[in-house]
Amino acid sequence: METSPSRGPDARPYGRRAFLAVTALGLTSLAWGRPAWQAVSGATKPLTDALPASLVPSSGWRIYTVASSMPVFDPATWRLRVAGLVGSPRSFSYDDLRALPRAEQVSTFHCVTGWSVPDVRWAGVRLSSLLDRVEAQPAGSVLSVVSAERPYVDTLTIEQARLHDVMLAYEMDGRPLPREHGAPVRLVIPEMYGYKNVKWVERITLGRRAEPGYWEQQGYDTDAWVGASNGL
Amino acid sequence: MRRFSRTERGLHWIHASAFVALLATGLILYVPYLGEVVARRPLVKEAHLLTAVAWAVALSAVVVLGDRRGLRQTLRELDAFDADDRRWLRSGRAPQGRFNAGQKLNAALTAAFALLFAVSGALLWLGERDTRFRFDGTIVLHDGLTLLSVVLLTGHLYLALIHPTTRHALRGVTRGDVRLEWAREHHAKWVDGTPGPRA
Repeated sequence: METSPSRGPDARPYGRRAFLAVTALGLTSLAWGRPAWQAVSGATKPLTDALPASLVPSSGWRIYTVASSMPVFDPATWRLRVAGLVGSPRSFSYDDLRALPRAEQVSTFHCVTGWSVPDVRWAGVRLSSLLDRVEAQPAGSVLSVVSAERPYVDTLTIEQARLHDVMLAYEMDGRPLPREHGAPVRLVIPEMYGYKNVKWVERITLGRRAEPGYWEQQGYDTDAWVGASNGL
Repeated sequence: MRRFSRTERGLHWIHASAFVALLATGLILYVPYLGEVVARRPLVKEAHLLTAVAWAVALSAVVVLGDRRGLRQTLRELDAFDADDRRWLRSGRAPQGRFNAGQKLNAALTAAFALLFAVSGALLWLGERDTRFRFDGTIVLHDGLTLLSVVLLTGHLYLALIHPTTRHALRGVTRGDVRLEWAREHHAKWVDGTPGPRA
C-alpha cells in the first residue's frame, strides 16, 4: 500500500484505519473479551433464556462430544458398574442410584476453553458415599471414570474424588440430566475444568495408578485445577 | 462497463463460499440441536479446519497468480475516503467512485474479521495442544465475529439480491460488467474517468 491515498488532496486513509482499529480491538479482546461477554450475557439473559435451549447454547453451555453420536440412555438396561480395588463390586441400576442418599449443590462449571456457567444446580450422589458403599480399599488410589461415549475416560485421585463437592449428578437445574449433558449421570467436580467432569458415566474402576485420560493423552494436565492448570 | 477483474471476482467467490461452508460447519459445532442431529462432531470439526486451510491457500493462490497490480490499485481505492465519501456516509447522497463509502467500509471490516477469525481459530486449534496458546477471550472473539459477520452478510445479501436499486451490482461480481446507466447513477465519479480494473 502507498502511504498517500490514491486520489484527490482531500482523500483520507480511512479504509486502513478502520481495518487496523477493528483488528486491534479484536486482538486485545483476547484479554478483555470474556469479562465483557459475561457482562453482556448477564444483561441479555432474559432474552436468551426465552429461546429454546436446543437453538442457543443456553446460559452459556457448549456441548462438546468426541464420538460420532451421543450415548442413548435406556433406564431398563442402564447400569453403573463400580469395580477394581473394592470390597464389594457393584452394578447400580438408575433406580438403585436414585435410592442412595441424595446430595444437592450449586456450583460454577468452568471449561478450559474459556467459558463458564455460574450457579448450576446439581443433584446426585456424593462420590465419597458411593466409594464407601462399595468398600473402597486403601490400595485403590486412583479412579478411572469411564464414559459410555467411547473412548472418553478420565481419572481422579482418591483424595480428589472425596472432595466435599464432588458428585455423580443425575439432576441439573431441577430436571433429570439432559442427554447432551451426559444422561443419566455425569461426574461433577467444580474445582476442576470440564474435561474432568465426565459425561455419560457407566463405569468406575479403582486402581493403583492413573492411565492418562482422553484429553491428557492430547497434552492436557492430569490435575485440572481451575485457575491453576493448563496454562490458565 | 467493466467493474471487477477476474482476480477480484475469484477472491470474492472463494471468500464467500468458504464463509458459507465455515458458517455451516461452525453452526453444527455450536448449536446444540444441530450438534445432536448431525452428531459426528470430530468429523465436522475436521471439515471446519480443512475448509479454513483451503480458504487461506485458495486466496493466496489467486493473489499470487492473479493480477497483483490491479489488486494494489483496488486496495488504494478501498483505502481512500475523499470528501464525497465522507458526505455519503453522513447523508447517503454524494457522487461515488467504483466503490461507494459503504462498500469500502464493508471491505475493511470483512478483511479485519477474516484476519481475526484466522487468528482466533488458529489459537483455538493450538490451545488444544499447547497451553501457552490458551487465552481467556479466544472463544468469545471467535463466536462474536460469527455474530457480527452474519449481520454484515445479511446486509450485504439484502443489497446484492433484494434491494431493487442496488441488486444490479450482482452482475458485476458474477460476470464482471455492469450497465453504463446504472454505473452513472451509482458510481458517477468512476464513470467519469477513475481508472477501473483491466479485464
